[in-house]
Amino acid sequence: MDDIDNQNLELQLMLEAIHLKYGYDFRNYAKASVKRRIQHRMTKEKMANFSEMQHKLLYDVSFFERLLLDLSINVTEMFRDPTFYMALRKFVIPELRKHPFIKIWHAGCSTGEEVYSMAILLKEEGLYDQTQIYATDMNEVALKKAKDGIFDIGKLKQYTKNYQKSGGQSAFSDYYSAHYEHVVVDKSLKKNILFSDHNLATDGVFGEMNLILCRNVLIYFNRDLQNRVVGLFYDSLCPDGILCLGSKESLSFSKYTNAFDDVVKEEKIYRRLDSELI
Amino acid sequence: MNWFQAVVIGASAGGIKALSTVLSALPKEFPLPIIIVQHLYPHSSSRLAQILQKQSHLKIKEADEKEVIKNSVIYIAPPNYHLLIEEDRTFSLSVEGPVNYSRPSVDVLFETAALAYKSRLIGMILTGANNDGNFGVKQIKRRGGYLIIQDPETAEADSMPKAAIAAAKVNKILPIKQIGPYLLQLVNRSKKGPNI
Ligand SMILES: C[S@@+](CC[C@H](N)C(=O)[O-])C[C@H]1O[C@@H](n2cnc3c(N)ncnc32)[C@H](O)[C@@H]1O
Repeated sequence: MDDIDNQNLELQLMLEAIHLKYGYDFRNYAKASVKRRIQHRMTKEKMANFSEMQHKLLYDVSFFERLLLDLSINVTEMFRDPTFYMALRKFVIPELRKHPFIKIWHAGCSTGEEVYSMAILLKEEGLYDQTQIYATDMNEVALKKAKDGIFDIGKLKQYTKNYQKSGGQSAFSDYYSAHYEHVVVDKSLKKNILFSDHNLATDGVFGEMNLILCRNVLIYFNRDLQNRVVGLFYDSLCPDGILCLGSKESLSFSKYTNAFDDVVKEEKIYRRLDSELI
Repeated sequence: MNWFQAVVIGASAGGIKALSTVLSALPKEFPLPIIIVQHLYPHSSSRLAQILQKQSHLKIKEADEKEVIKNSVIYIAPPNYHLLIEEDRTFSLSVEGPVNYSRPSVDVLFETAALAYKSRLIGMILTGANNDGNFGVKQIKRRGGYLIIQDPETAEADSMPKAAIAAAKVNKILPIKQIGPYLLQLVNRSKKGPNI
C-alpha cells in the first residue's frame, strides 16, 4: 500500500466520521475536489495527515464548520450564463404563464444571486406576484447571506453586464440600492422567496414544483448521488414540470435520461415526462 | 504497453500558438490521452477545441464532467471551470474561485492528475505570463512523473516556464519546435519500461 492508498483510506474514514457525528454526507461526492479541499485545509492548519484532522474534527465543532465551508463551494453570480436566462425567458416563461400559481425551487442556491436573478426576471415578465420561490442550500452561512441580500459592490459591473446580455428589460440599478462597499437588493424582490436549509444528499422531496433549478451542484456529486438527486427532482416536479441544470451538467448519462425531454438542449433545460414512460 | 498513461499540459499567454506547434507534431496513433489547461478570458466561448483541431491529427474535444478519459484523444478544460482528474480516470469539473487568478487553473489539473497517474504521467508547461502550475509541477515530481518545460527563450511569455523550472527538478527543457517530436519519442521509448 502506498501513501496515496493510505490517504484514501483515511479520507474514507473521515467522511464516515463527519457523517456519523454531524449528519453531513460527503461520502458520495466526487473525490478529487473533496480531497483537494481537505488537503489544502490540512496544509493551512499545519497538520500532518487526515487522521490528525479527523481527531480535531470530532472534538472541535468550530473546526468542522470551517471545513464545511471549504467543502461547500459557494461561488456564484447574478445572471450566470446570460444565454441560459435568455432561454428561460423565451421557452420557460410561456409555460409558467399557463399556471395561476407558480412554485419554483432553487436547490443549492448558495448566497442567493441566482434566486434574485430569477426574481428580477419574473418581475419583468409580470409573474412574480403569483410565484412562490423556495431556495435551499445545505450551507447555513451561505443561506444567511442569501436572506440578507447584500452583495459586494465590486461585482456589480459584471452582474450588470450579465443582466443586459440576458435580455434584461430595465436598468439593472432599479433592483438594488448601492452603499459604500455593498449593494442591497430591493425589498420587493424578497417577498415571495423562502430560504431554507435542505441537504440534497440526505433530505427528501419538495412537493409539486413547476420549475426546479439546480445549477453547478451536481458536478460535485458522483454518479450514484447524481441519480438520487435527479430522482428527487423528478418526484418533486408536477407533470410537465421543468428542470434546469448548469451549463456543464446533463441528464444524458443519468438513470433518468428517459424520464425527461429536452426543452432547450444546449442550455440544459428539461421537461419531466409521465411516469408510465420510464 | 506504455509506461506513461497520460500527458497534461498547462499554457497561458501565447499558448494557442505553442499548443498548435506541439500538437501538430503528433500522429493520429499517439497512444496517450492529452489533457490541456489553456488560460482564457473568463467569459470567452469555447472555441479553443475547434481552433486547435485544425492543427491536429488527433481528436480534440472539451472535457465533460464524469467523462471516461480515453487514449489518443486531446481534452481541453472548458472556459470558466476547473478541470480535475479522478483516480478512476474520469473528469470532474468545479466552479470554485480562480486559483492563481485562473479558472481553469493548471495547478488544479496537475495536482489531481499527479494523484491519479502517479509516475505514469508526463507534465508539460508552455509559455505564460504568470506562475500557475508551480505547485502542480512539484506534485507531479513528488509522485515520480516526468516534466517537460518549454525553453523560456523560445516562449512568447517566459515567466510560467521559468517559474516551473525554478519550482521542480524538471526532466527536459526544450525549444517549442522540439517538444512534439521529443514527446513522441519519449512515449515510444517508454514501451520498454520506466527506465528512460
Ligand atoms: C457552486 S454553488 C452553485 C450556486 C448556484 N446554483 C449557481 O449556479 O451559481 C454550489 C452550492 O451547492 C451547495 N451544495 C453542495 N452540496 C449540497 C447538498 N448536498 N445539498 C444542498 N446543497 C448543496 C453548496 O453549499 C453551494 O452553495
